[in-house]
Amino acid sequence: MSVGAGLATGAWRRYRAGRQRRVSPLLIISAAVIVAATFVAIAGPLLAPYNPDLPNLSQYFVGSTPDHLLGYDAQGRDVLSRLLVGARTSMIGPLGVTLICMTLGALLAVTAAWRGGAYDAVISSGLDIVFAFPGILLAVLASAVFGAGLVAPVLALSVAYTPYVARVLRGAALRERAQPYIAALEVQGASATAICMRHLIPNMLHLIIAQATTLFGYAMVDLAAISYLGLGIQPPAADWGVMVSENQQGIIQGFATPSLAAGLCIVVVVVAFNILGERLYERGEARR
Amino acid sequence: MRLRYFVRRLAMLIVSLLVASFVIFAAIYLAPGNPIAALSGGRSIPPDSLRVLEARYHLDQPFLVQYWFWLTNALHGNLGISITLRENVSDLIASRISTTAGLVLYSSILIIALGVGLGILSGLRPGLLDTSVLVITAISASLPAFVAAIVLILVFAVQLQWFPSIGNGVGFLDQVKHLTLPAFALAVSSLAIVARVTRSAIREEARREHVQTAVSRGIPTALLIWRHVLRNAAIPITTISGITIASLIAVAAVVEVVFGLAGLGAYLVLSAQSKDLAVVQGISLLLVTAFVAVNVLVDVLYVVLDPRVSLGSRQ
Repeated sequence: MSVGAGLATGAWRRYRAGRQRRVSPLLIISAAVIVAATFVAIAGPLLAPYNPDLPNLSQYFVGSTPDHLLGYDAQGRDVLSRLLVGARTSMIGPLGVTLICMTLGALLAVTAAWRGGAYDAVISSGLDIVFAFPGILLAVLASAVFGAGLVAPVLALSVAYTPYVARVLRGAALRERAQPYIAALEVQGASATAICMRHLIPNMLHLIIAQATTLFGYAMVDLAAISYLGLGIQPPAADWGVMVSENQQGIIQGFATPSLAAGLCIVVVVVAFNILGERLYERGEARR
Repeated sequence: MRLRYFVRRLAMLIVSLLVASFVIFAAIYLAPGNPIAALSGGRSIPPDSLRVLEARYHLDQPFLVQYWFWLTNALHGNLGISITLRENVSDLIASRISTTAGLVLYSSILIIALGVGLGILSGLRPGLLDTSVLVITAISASLPAFVAAIVLILVFAVQLQWFPSIGNGVGFLDQVKHLTLPAFALAVSSLAIVARVTRSAIREEARREHVQTAVSRGIPTALLIWRHVLRNAAIPITTISGITIASLIAVAAVVEVVFGLAGLGAYLVLSAQSKDLAVVQGISLLLVTAFVAVNVLVDVLYVVLDPRVSLGSRQ
């Protein structure tokens, strides 16, 4: 064997070892769950074998059959079809909260860190005050005032979560701002906007993505709870939180599958987002 | 320096509460629908009575004056009248507050006893126990309270029949029995988070030099853990316990609905559905106050445990 080949296999072995250390099976499973959930959220209505909204009261809580793998729900609707269709409403709310929060949070954090002084003080104390509202409470309040549905709770949760995002990002932006390369760019006469957009924010991107991932999980838990309480997505629309609630009577009557299956969908997706978010955060920290 | 920190924190508390009360009042003020119509139940009212009603509820006054009336009344314990039950909101709240307080207290005890206990155990004993605690807490940390609740009902109320699944119960022991499943459902995710933070705090502390020195001096293990590891690890543990316990105050609403408990949160949800806005205002105000107060308490406790914090706040 030539020396070159020996070096190459050594490098390959090190490369393989490095890869194995970095990408854990847990991470792959989490990513797969998220990809699958996203696919179902997009294509759910096409995948559903039956009409998810067609009630058939003679099939009240009929259990699993070969044609209807998860059986029927409290109104005799196909549970599997409702789960597949419900993925969309269950995922689109958290997506909205995440997008609004990250945009607003990053904007407030970067401008506060960049300008400092009184502006920073005002933004920071403003964020501290918004901390006074627990997310769920603000969502219930918004739903009471503006009517039940997806929009009011999503906006309320976005407001309630923005301080959490902005506080972490502001710290990161302050650290980044103190780096010599920023001063070098300023000396060269680059505008603040250009430095922030082209250098500062891209350098914080790993943290932004990690936070967005974790936030999605939290928002999903809260929005599902709001739906469960009857203040979010309204029945008969298929939504995982709504499904837990409308089939809860089945738990006591011995037909736990419909309610549990919807709960399981929420938990699996949320756990996947939390694990992915945690790992992304760790990798971002390790790279620094 | 400590005193200055406390005063600053107290001022922040008051400002937070003022802003929160303003937001709660303004939200309800802006809500579609006319309060007089809600009072009359939609019947038409002669103009004279309308004027009398408007004057009685200060509806003819500008927005800020109305806010001031509402706030001063609220501080005197008068939160208005529920339009569905025609009773004082304060009385309605008073009759339900003990259920919510009991539930949150019960959960807090579970979180501190089991969460910190599990964290210490798995932090000190690496191996099978530690690994299983890590896996279980990773999943239960993301478990929504209402999903935990239906699983607990299925296992402990329907199949094992150890605990009741609905209602408040009569008498102290029966009430505790009725609150057990709700308290576990409410505690489960916070418990997992507290256990994880405790575990890593213990690990971090056990690696530190002063602990290694103590080991080499031959200090008995129990004393070593109590005096050198736990005392320093107490700071992150207190913080995370406080934050998660404060968050229980709002999430309790969901658990109360699942278990049909007559608590504040369940009543808030019911009033939100039936648009009984005076009740929504009153309960929101109370819950926000409790939430902020617990958070301030945690911050104060944090300074007592770690004096470096108040020194840092000078800058």
